[in-house]
Amino acid sequence: MIGLEHYLTVAAILFVIGIFGIFLNRKNVIVILMSIELMLLAVNINFVAFSAHLGDMVGQVFTLFILTVAAAEAAIGLAILVIFYRNRGAIDVEDVSVMKG
Amino acid sequence: MLSNDISVILPELLLAVFAMASLMIGVWSKKQEAVSNLILWATAIIFVVFGAWIGLSPEGTSTAFNGAFVNDGFARFSKVVMLWGGASMMVLSRDYLLKNDLLKYEYPALITLAMVGMMMMVSAGDLMALYMGLELQSLSLYVIAAFRRDSLRSTEAGLKYFVLGALSSGLLLYGASLVYGYTGTTSFTAISSVVTLEGVSLGLLFGLVFLATGMAFKVSAAPFHMWTPDVYEGSPTPVTGFFATAPKVAAAAMFARVLFDAFGEAVSDWQQILVFLSIASMFLGSIAAIGQKNIKRLMAYSSIAHMGFALMGLAAGTEEGAQSLLIYLAIYVTMNVGVFAFILNMERDGRPILSIDSLGMYSRVAPGRALALAILMFSLAGIPPLVGFFGKFYVLSAAVDAGLIWLAVAGVIASVIGAYYYLRIIFLMYFGEQTEGLNGTMPAAHWVFLGGAAAAMVLGVYNLFGVESIAGIAAATLIH
Repeated sequence: MIGLEHYLTVAAILFVIGIFGIFLNRKNVIVILMSIELMLLAVNINFVAFSAHLGDMVGQVFTLFILTVAAAEAAIGLAILVIFYRNRGAIDVEDVSVMKG
Repeated sequence: MLSNDISVILPELLLAVFAMASLMIGVWSKKQEAVSNLILWATAIIFVVFGAWIGLSPEGTSTAFNGAFVNDGFARFSKVVMLWGGASMMVLSRDYLLKNDLLKYEYPALITLAMVGMMMMVSAGDLMALYMGLELQSLSLYVIAAFRRDSLRSTEAGLKYFVLGALSSGLLLYGASLVYGYTGTTSFTAISSVVTLEGVSLGLLFGLVFLATGMAFKVSAAPFHMWTPDVYEGSPTPVTGFFATAPKVAAAAMFARVLFDAFGEAVSDWQQILVFLSIASMFLGSIAAIGQKNIKRLMAYSSIAHMGFALMGLAAGTEEGAQSLLIYLAIYVTMNVGVFAFILNMERDGRPILSIDSLGMYSRVAPGRALALAILMFSLAGIPPLVGFFGKFYVLSAAVDAGLIWLAVAGVIASVIGAYYYLRIIFLMYFGEQTEGLNGTMPAAHWVFLGGAAAAMVLGVYNLFGVESIAGIAAATLIH
């Protein structure tokens, strides 16, 4: 029987993979965008699982909002990436380092 | 009632309509530059008028959309500070944008949209409304950070801001999902009543920690500050100035809103988190700023340290603490408007110069400007009797009254360390080595803001222009 805790575990695993994807990835920025998407989708699984468990619709409404915002976020992220590529000629993570902090 | 809901959100609604209308006008017009100029001025005027409208509207709390949107004294105070700070930066940015061929109608339209998002954030009464406001603000700010499309630094700043901003939104959302799961609701008042009845369960505590982490990113509190210096340095200077004013207020006010409205009954659970964030930010901001050569980078570390002080008021977890937070933010915005009016005019032969060393013996070049900046730097350092000192004083006394004496002691030590780099700028201007310095002139409008901010730091000593009592009333509506 698949219960709430299984869904939460899957969501937590996906979320952690997303975070690690951002910090451990040394190749290119597209992978970071994918990791961000993964994190948001993990949150969606959480919301839907809780919503079904509680018998309350609010979580599913929240999920729809997150899906919409995630699409807008991806669009803006790709747009910024395109102008960055025009200036730098590369999208390797190591190249995003003109300024050092 | 829909008509009632709409009357409560009318300012936000009108601003959103204005942003879309200005985009339409900009797209359809033939004379881009003239229209962009017009839209920029119109936006600044509308911000000022809306600030006055919201500030003068009758007291009392009204809610819309089943409590998802709350219009109370706390929200109104934050909105007035944000709108007026945003309007000032809008007026200041015009000359820089014109000189660098950046005067496009998208700039005021994006700032208006960000402003709508910020007003939504400080008025949120529900996690869903909070998230929508936060994302509207963040998405607009990512774009204006990368507004100088042909500059590598600006696009890199936009990219870094985007990646870390999206990460922080993800953390905040994960927290929101846990809070929803363990309380069964997203409304702040309902969460608060669950916390009162059942206390904070382990799952809810995890949710609270994730929420606080996400919001700490947005206020750029250490150890979640790493995007701030790069974004401040890379963005065009007017954008940096805007980042240092309105969004900081919005993020800190949103932080206060969530902690007090939803978790006001569990102060002991989040107090330690806030104490840690506050101490880490104050010390990191003060120490890391010492080695900086670029004044925008220096202002970034300065903002991290100042946010540490603002969070100290929040850490107190009392009404006095919320009041001191609001006073601190209002003073901080005023000082930043003045400092950025100066930074925007740092140039040699028409080229912007941002190195601190170029300020050597600046008092001989422009004594008036040097004096005004010196007053603002003394005030940022928190040296009595200037107004900046009172900001710190209220925060420290709130912390002491809440029993956080060692936090207050740490704050005093950090502010002494931080005074070094503010005083170094003054030292350079008056006793430094003569360098091939700055020679730009300053438009009269910028003088008004620089001189006005400096004068406010001196004259405000008398009664802080009544901000103290207004902030007190505003804070009282937040604490139940």
